[in-house]
Amino acid sequence: MLETQGLQYAYHAAKKFHFPDIVCRDGRALLILGQSGKGKTTLLHLLALLLRPEKGVIRIGNEEATSLSPSGLARLRAGRIGIVYQRAHFVNALSVLDNLLISNYLAGRKPDRQKAAYLAEQLGFAEHLQKKTFQLSQGEQQRVSIARALMNAPSVILADEPTSNLDDINCDRVIRLLKEQSAQINASLIVVTHDQRLKDTFEDRISL
Amino acid sequence: MNLLQLSWANLKDKKLNSFLSTLLLTLGIGIISLLLLLNKQLEDQFRKNLRGIDMVVGAKGSPLQLILSSVYQIDAPTGNIPLSEVEKLARNPMVKAAIPLSMGDNYHGFRIVGTTGKYVEHFGGELESGSLFDKSMEVTIGYKVAEGSGLKPGDTFAGSHGFDQEGETHGDHLYVVKGVFKPSGSVLDQLILTDISSVWDIHADHDHEAEEGGEAHEKEVTSALITFRNPMAMMMLPRMINENTKLQSALSSIEINRLIELLGVGIDTLRALAILIMLIAGVSVFVSLYNSLKERKYEMALLLSMGATRTKLFFLLLFEGLLLAVMGFIAGVSLSRLGLWLFSQTAERDFNYSFGEFSILPEEFYLLAAALVIGVLAAAIPSLGIYRINISKTLAED
Repeated sequence: MLETQGLQYAYHAAKKFHFPDIVCRDGRALLILGQSGKGKTTLLHLLALLLRPEKGVIRIGNEEATSLSPSGLARLRAGRIGIVYQRAHFVNALSVLDNLLISNYLAGRKPDRQKAAYLAEQLGFAEHLQKKTFQLSQGEQQRVSIARALMNAPSVILADEPTSNLDDINCDRVIRLLKEQSAQINASLIVVTHDQRLKDTFEDRISL
Repeated sequence: MNLLQLSWANLKDKKLNSFLSTLLLTLGIGIISLLLLLNKQLEDQFRKNLRGIDMVVGAKGSPLQLILSSVYQIDAPTGNIPLSEVEKLARNPMVKAAIPLSMGDNYHGFRIVGTTGKYVEHFGGELESGSLFDKSMEVTIGYKVAEGSGLKPGDTFAGSHGFDQEGETHGDHLYVVKGVFKPSGSVLDQLILTDISSVWDIHADHDHEAEEGGEAHEKEVTSALITFRNPMAMMMLPRMINENTKLQSALSSIEINRLIELLGVGIDTLRALAILIMLIAGVSVFVSLYNSLKERKYEMALLLSMGATRTKLFFLLLFEGLLLAVMGFIAGVSLSRLGLWLFSQTAERDFNYSFGEFSILPEEFYLLAAALVIGVLAAAIPSLGIYRINISKTLAED
């Protein structure tokens, strides 16, 4: 469950964003469509608690995130939010498996190898677990980053342009997996994109 | 997966950088550690053999040479002195003991020293087998001599003139081995001891030929080791000897301090060099972590977005510096042991001295602390950059 009210953010006086209120209940998926310069990334970073809003409220679960300390925010990010970025980024020195397990570590949980193996199976990269991440194709990397976002069974999954670097086949696959997996753990899925291919695949849509 | 493992993975990912930093630390620590080891063992050896010998008298020449040749058996003697002078000195009330020494021959590079039983007593020599020399041409040998030459009680051999193996052999005078000493850790280990009269007997023929019908042949020795009865002697005796006799006196403590000071210049230079290398190692750790932080800025922002705290990441980078420091220390200390072993081989071959203490010195814990401080400082400065990363901006820019 993710909810916002009256979010505002300003980089400087001339570049100010007012965002529509957002509600995304557990198990639902929401598409936020917007052209470049409309503040898509800013909104996603606000929702991911990477930026502090100038005004407005963000609630994740029952917690009001806007009033938390930096360490409280870090705890909430680690435990309750999973983020999938436009381009998949990893800790280069680590294997695919360790890149998954590091989510557990950062959230202060035990490494869940079974879950990593299960997700790798589900998302189709089980044979690559011991490789370094840069040895994988872009589509595979994006699927690994989805698995990483799911490792702690978060209540909110945020995806920033998850399909813009992918061809149609991989695009369909990634969106299907995101929906399936977030529905399985009853999380709120919010996809922010300018990718018009996704327009018809989501019931709930907001345009910026 | 924990911070230490992550640090280690990062170091392994940047093998060359890590290798360079570790190599520099290894060299710096290795040199300092080797200097510490050598310093301690040289001093140990010097002091051990010097114990109880307050003064050495011998022919005029370099006092340091006199000490080195008579106490440590590593330099050529200065010449000969009349035995009568030594006997006169021994009767002086301020002299507690005077041990005469006669040198000039060797067997397979081991020095044959003519002396009396007092010399053996002085160094606390104990017999491993056989007995002490008693008559002319009988010898008792140190354990290194027994090992190196294969001599055992009952064997006979001929000494060679001079201190290298190529000297002229005294083929008509054979020594008989009577016994072997136990290892004592002193100069005794590497000597062939015989009664002082053996040296006179062997060289009597040569000398008669040389002194064409001169006056009655006077017995000579090379030097004598003197022990004082009281500290006052230290003030009075050397002056008395140098002014009133043909002998030269050398106070052992003064000469050895002078020698250590002379060596000290070299040691200080090396130590300064090693400290410089360690500092460069610190700079290398700094540069490689600084660069890798720049490269990994996005990675750090990513970890922060995944819920890592900045403090955690700060320690992640700090550990990288610490790991390098610990590896450098371990490699450096091992290197210094290897160096000591090699040095010992050379010293053994050239001077019959060996250095075999490989245990960790207390000073080396300070060295570890210094390495850790360098690692921490060099890592902390770039690691502080973690606190300046703007997560949102870094993630958005790439």
